[in-house]
Amino acid sequence: MGELAVEKHVKFILTIEKEKDSFESVVMEHIRLNGAYWALTTLDILGKLNTVDQDEVVSWMMQCQHESGGFGGNIGHDPHLLYTLSAIQVLALFDKIDALDIDKVSNYIAGLQNNDGSFSGDMWGEIDTRFSCVAILSLALLKRLDKINVEKAVNYIVSCKNLDGGFGCTPGAESHAGQIFCCVAALAVTGSLHHVDKDLLGWWLCERQVKSGGLNGRPEKLPDVCYSWWVLSSLIMIDRVHWIDKEKLIKFILDCQDKENGGISDQPEDAVDVFHTYFGVAGLSLLEYPGLKAIDPAYALPVDVVNRIFFGR
Amino acid sequence: MDVLQKSSERIPLSQRPEYADVKPVPQNDGPNSIVPISYTDEFRETMDYFRAIYVADERSLRALQLTTEAIKLNPGNYTVWQFRRLVLEALNADMNKELDFVDGIVEGNSKNYQIWHHRRWVAENLGTDASTRELEFTKKILSKDAKHYHAWSHRQWVLQALGGWKDELTYCELLLKDDIFNNSAWNQRYFVVTRSPLLGGLGAMRGSEVTCTVNAIMEHPENESPWRYLRGLYRNDTHALVKDPQVASVCLKILTAKNNYVHALSMLLDLLCHGFQPSLEIRNAVYGLSDSGAQGSDLVKVVCSILELVDPMRANYWKWRRNIVPAQAAQCLKDDGLTGLSL
Repeated sequence: MGELAVEKHVKFILTIEKEKDSFESVVMEHIRLNGAYWALTTLDILGKLNTVDQDEVVSWMMQCQHESGGFGGNIGHDPHLLYTLSAIQVLALFDKIDALDIDKVSNYIAGLQNNDGSFSGDMWGEIDTRFSCVAILSLALLKRLDKINVEKAVNYIVSCKNLDGGFGCTPGAESHAGQIFCCVAALAVTGSLHHVDKDLLGWWLCERQVKSGGLNGRPEKLPDVCYSWWVLSSLIMIDRVHWIDKEKLIKFILDCQDKENGGISDQPEDAVDVFHTYFGVAGLSLLEYPGLKAIDPAYALPVDVVNRIFFGR
Repeated sequence: MDVLQKSSERIPLSQRPEYADVKPVPQNDGPNSIVPISYTDEFRETMDYFRAIYVADERSLRALQLTTEAIKLNPGNYTVWQFRRLVLEALNADMNKELDFVDGIVEGNSKNYQIWHHRRWVAENLGTDASTRELEFTKKILSKDAKHYHAWSHRQWVLQALGGWKDELTYCELLLKDDIFNNSAWNQRYFVVTRSPLLGGLGAMRGSEVTCTVNAIMEHPENESPWRYLRGLYRNDTHALVKDPQVASVCLKILTAKNNYVHALSMLLDLLCHGFQPSLEIRNAVYGLSDSGAQGSDLVKVVCSILELVDPMRANYWKWRRNIVPAQAAQCLKDDGLTGLSL
């Protein structure tokens, strides 16, 4: 089995973050805040967060904040829940959550809850259980969950539960590993995991593992490294991770590395990107690959960061 | 006028008289650098002009044109889409033409959340009149990728918000004929059977649905979806699942054929855990799959042992099933009809 090429991946991340003129960088500029979260969390898991200029990142990030309190994907972009969570997560990594006006941000988030308990991503009203997750994780990290109607939020998520035990983006939508992660994480953080049929969902999740050892996101689809996170973290949150073959999954993730230039791709031999690099490394951390910081399966932040927030130093 | 027909034919914004009074606003996130690719020049210029219009909150025709160009260059930019909606509202624009615009963008960009959200917003504005067109639109996307998550999500929204249920079950059947492994189509089938106001609901539909599902299983016993669908048909009524002769019969056929029998064994396991009394033929079929001359042993334990061997990736799961069985069996005897293990 191969090994994790830590130095190469660190170099890959630091290079792309600097390369603001590459075509990829230019077309991704509106989601740079997400990119920052993926890159920085990966660096922290690899023990290299100190290679980044913290002040520069935080100063740029605070300029992404809108007067409503929400964050946009980059400076000058409209606010959205997705980028607001990334901002909070990045500040958490740097132990700088107090740079925020916490009430302002949490009011923005709480204002996006709808009457049925669901959350819109922004003022334009798109509803998806991804946004329920993002809102709940954000408010939990800010310790302001009391600003929303948690019971209704949970009820909405439960209404998205399907016959196979999984969850979709809206009621009736097909179970999908990404949506399942969102729903399970939100339920975990609100102390509502009793709504999950852990045996049934655990079985659906462990059936995602295919011959190559990789995980897919739905029946009869191809494996992808990002599911190493969505499926794996879900299994851990419901205490069923021993139902997959961990060794085979580790091998699959390691096979998706570009050991020459660094970075991890969705499948072996494909092009790498920071998104899959993060999910690959985070997945390996969940699998207890040696030398990596432990990561919290619900908050998707290193465990020491989460502990710092909830239990003090 | 399509100013983006070819990159070489595009007239730079700085040379277009209708934008002469606009002062472009550059992106503020890094030091100035030399830009290596001419395509990136075009992109930068468009975004700089967009930023100017956006900051000025100008909701005009030329603003709309700018959002068109910016979207064509980078359809992922949600700020541009949002501003476009403001402009469309201000101009009281023709929403049918806007659907045409989205039709043009979606090719090559169909996994983009912004496009789907925008489409939904436009369709919502048009109301129930848009139902047929939206069902056609999603059908077209699904004809190229029958498991397209956004398309299915949009289609479900259309049915519930704008109507059009009449041919949906038939559509699912067509898709399954094309690819019986399409989990999205199975999911949609369940959606229709349980939610369509034109059908009788799950109770009325169950008989015929079970027959179709069993046929699908016989075609490909290794297909995960119909097995799950079958369990779904009997949700909250495990007693009926256990009693349905079609279910036991399909398991027996597959086990006897000794091919692709993992899901069949798994179903048999669930049945046994809920009080199913196996026939001698079923017992023999199971023993026939086991190496270890396990006759007379607890059938459940034999089933689990076989599964551990033939599905080693999930060996821990099958071991766990084997270990919880005694508790489950006792529970099932105690509460007839209650699910100890949900199906």
